[in-house]
Amino acid sequence: MSHSNNKTEQVLRSAGVDVRKCMRCGKCTATCPAFEEMEYHPHQFVYMVEKGEVEKLAASKSIFKCLSCFACVDRCPRGVEPAKVIEAVRVAVVREQGKNHFKPEQIPAMLEEDMPQQLFASAFRKYSK
Amino acid sequence: MQRIGVFVCHCGTNIAGTVDVKAVAEALGREAGVVFSTDYQYMCSESGQQLMRGAIREHKLTGVVVCSCSPRMHENTFRKAAELEGLNPYMVEIANIREHVSWIHKDMKEATEKAIILGRAAIAKVHLNQPLQAGESPVTKRALVIGGGIAGIQTALDIAEAGFEVDIVEKSPTIGGKMAQLDKTFPTLDCAACILTPKMVDAAQHEKIKIFSFSEVEAVQGYVGNFRAKIRRKARFVDEDKCTGCGLCTEKCPQKKVPNEFNMGLDNRRAIYIPFAQAVPKVATIDPNYCTMLKSGKCGLCAKICGTGAIDYKQQDQIIEREYGAIVAATGFNPIDAKAYNEYGYATYPDVVTSLELERLMNAAGPTNGTLLRPSDNEHPHKIVFVQCVGSRCEEERGKQYCSKICCMYTAKHAMLIREKYPDTEVYVFYIDVRTPGKNFDEFYRRAVEQYGVHYIKGMVGKVTQNGKQLRVQASDLLAGEQMHIDADLVVLATAIEPDKSARSIATMLTASMDTNDFFTEAHPKLRPVESPTAGIFLSGVCQGPKDIPETVSQASACAAKVIGVLAKDKLTCNPCVASSDEMLCNGCSSCEKVCPYGAISYSDKEFRGPNRTTLIRRVASVNPAVCQGCGACTVACPSGAMDLKGFTNKQIMAEVDAICK
Amino acid sequence: MQVTEYKPKIVAFCCNWCSYAGADGAGSARLGYPEDVKIIRVPCSCRVNPMFILRAFQRGADGVIIAGCHPGDCHYTSGNYFTRRRMALLFSMLEYLGVEKERVRVEWISAAEGAKFSKTMTEFTATVAALGENKRLEDLRCKQ
Repeated sequence: MSHSNNKTEQVLRSAGVDVRKCMRCGKCTATCPAFEEMEYHPHQFVYMVEKGEVEKLAASKSIFKCLSCFACVDRCPRGVEPAKVIEAVRVAVVREQGKNHFKPEQIPAMLEEDMPQQLFASAFRKYSK
Repeated sequence: MQRIGVFVCHCGTNIAGTVDVKAVAEALGREAGVVFSTDYQYMCSESGQQLMRGAIREHKLTGVVVCSCSPRMHENTFRKAAELEGLNPYMVEIANIREHVSWIHKDMKEATEKAIILGRAAIAKVHLNQPLQAGESPVTKRALVIGGGIAGIQTALDIAEAGFEVDIVEKSPTIGGKMAQLDKTFPTLDCAACILTPKMVDAAQHEKIKIFSFSEVEAVQGYVGNFRAKIRRKARFVDEDKCTGCGLCTEKCPQKKVPNEFNMGLDNRRAIYIPFAQAVPKVATIDPNYCTMLKSGKCGLCAKICGTGAIDYKQQDQIIEREYGAIVAATGFNPIDAKAYNEYGYATYPDVVTSLELERLMNAAGPTNGTLLRPSDNEHPHKIVFVQCVGSRCEEERGKQYCSKICCMYTAKHAMLIREKYPDTEVYVFYIDVRTPGKNFDEFYRRAVEQYGVHYIKGMVGKVTQNGKQLRVQASDLLAGEQMHIDADLVVLATAIEPDKSARSIATMLTASMDTNDFFTEAHPKLRPVESPTAGIFLSGVCQGPKDIPETVSQASACAAKVIGVLAKDKLTCNPCVASSDEMLCNGCSSCEKVCPYGAISYSDKEFRGPNRTTLIRRVASVNPAVCQGCGACTVACPSGAMDLKGFTNKQIMAEVDAICK
Repeated sequence: MQVTEYKPKIVAFCCNWCSYAGADGAGSARLGYPEDVKIIRVPCSCRVNPMFILRAFQRGADGVIIAGCHPGDCHYTSGNYFTRRRMALLFSMLEYLGVEKERVRVEWISAAEGAKFSKTMTEFTATVAALGENKRLEDLRCKQ
């Protein structure tokens, strides 16, 4: 918490989420369909971002296991929106790898067959409201 | 021989449907002593009662048995009706043939038989009934409130407002209690002194309220309506009437090294002192443990400078006796001694403080004039760790099993106030649970987290050690599954609260019962929460259980309402079904006294006529009917059979047993 | 001669505040129990003198049950604790005298437990009925 750093701030800014609102009830994790696949689970995402441990999160595969189904956002009693936090970490990771300016024709090659197109799916959800 | 009338109720078909009421009336009519027996549609109706009253008149009945619904339903109805005909109400007995017979049995023959047996038992009892008179006792229209904290003050003000006299007995030199030591109050953050001190002044100025400060109740005798209390007015070596509270003496006194209890010992006061600026009464007190004049006879400076000649080194304790109709226990609480929790280093490190100490450190009238400075070096703390549940919810000998209730909220308040005033300070709160039920309480706590950025961490602190100028706090973050190490400048312990040590002896004095934690027991946990099981003793504030200020004030007012209920009566009517002792049988063994939960039994030496014109002095028990509640515990404890319970005598119950087993 | 089914005589002492009200509750809810149970109302279970129980057995009762408020709920704060202790002593004495310990019982039944009252009484009656008549303390001179 003391070690809040630039990356944490960037994640919080781009997520637009107030992680302090979390009451640690765990309903997000309880509702998550991708639970089995994850090393860190939605409530841990939120808590780790609050504690400024974004690096640890960024290094984990868990952020790509999130289906962006937004069930956690829907069910959260405090309006914390964990999926947006996860998405923000994901964006941060992708940008850091210099992949934020890719061209549309490059995308198909980057897609894995059995993985959902998370960024698109979440972007649609976020901006089509 | 009694002349008994039997009335069997049909209750429509409720009884008559399964019980042959005519057969019951007929069978009971043949019982010895029964001179009249009948059945009727609805005995409780106006015409049913008229029927009964007519029979009492006509047949000169001395006893009545009504076979009807439960006595819990209509016993009073029938007793009142009998009374209107001049029959003692306690000569009426009910045989419950509805709830206990017709409603639960299906077979008419069996049910009728059982109804007859229950009727016989009631008749057998009525044969042995005695007319009982409810006693009356006068009421002294004055209340005693023990303890002058916010609970005692509120109770006293409410009673006084209703027009009754109240005495407040407070053991310290000023009223105000713990609330006077607080800085701000949750969840509104009002300053405690701003809302409390006007009430203290109101109490002092009220013509019906008398404040005995620096005084203690020494002995209480009597019973509801008629208590007599001995109050010790401890010598304060200052004439209360002459002292103007100018405070000159407290500035000039050369003895400067007395730990100031009002500031939790965080600074010093003089040997002659006024606890705080708004003290009520605003009168100086000399501490005999430190005053050089009282100890060695050398000094006398305060007497020399006092303009009104109020100092009196020869003052003695005074005992006064006052009479009261009701007594309120408002003895309050204290935080437990945090030294028992050595792992937090309270005894070792000055920068480990309790929450009440922190209140003083943040208070504008406190030792640091309201600037938060740590005790060791008077520097600003930049990292503060709060530890919750220090001693609460702890089953060890050093702790308390219960939740102290107020700590979650005051810790949120402290954390919030610190973050508000010193935004560069990081604040951690280690908790087991955060419990914030109450109006606007959870919102308050969430504000501390969300708006003020207080770090709430689920987990406890394991130990606190020194690390240079800082304190190394080793704790767990259970949600992350990690051990944490924080270098903090200040550690604040939310210590459990416990009833004031004086409560136990006061309870004994009042014969009021207490639980294992030394909280006063209420007469009923839900329905009579401000009364003690002992008649005339009422409970206000934390002495009954942990409470915050809003709850204390509402309970204090509820308590006042109950006291007013007693004082408003000119005479108290007692339950006539009370124990009484046959002095000729009593052997003075005290068995009954020991089991009485109300302290209604006392012993005295009485003269009895012995053989050959001699007199014998024997120790015998007597029951105070105003205090006895009629449970009957003593009747069974009595080895000589002297003790009996009116309305439920040994003979009556045996007669019922006989009738049932016949 | 007609053979009648054996009906035990059972005396139930019920405290006024909890168990008697519980019995009323059983009645209101029409929760039946055998007719053999006859209730005597006492202010508190601690009013029940062991003498009453001995008297009941002397007069031919087959079973005696005492019902009071749950521990901690006593209207008189501590009455039922006395009952519990006193009856523990009495019951062991009765057993020594040869009265089966199943013939006596202390139960805590609150005012809200009509169902428990009915269940307890039904079960107790069955237990006593299975033991048959109580001859041990019966005083034949009391028989008419």
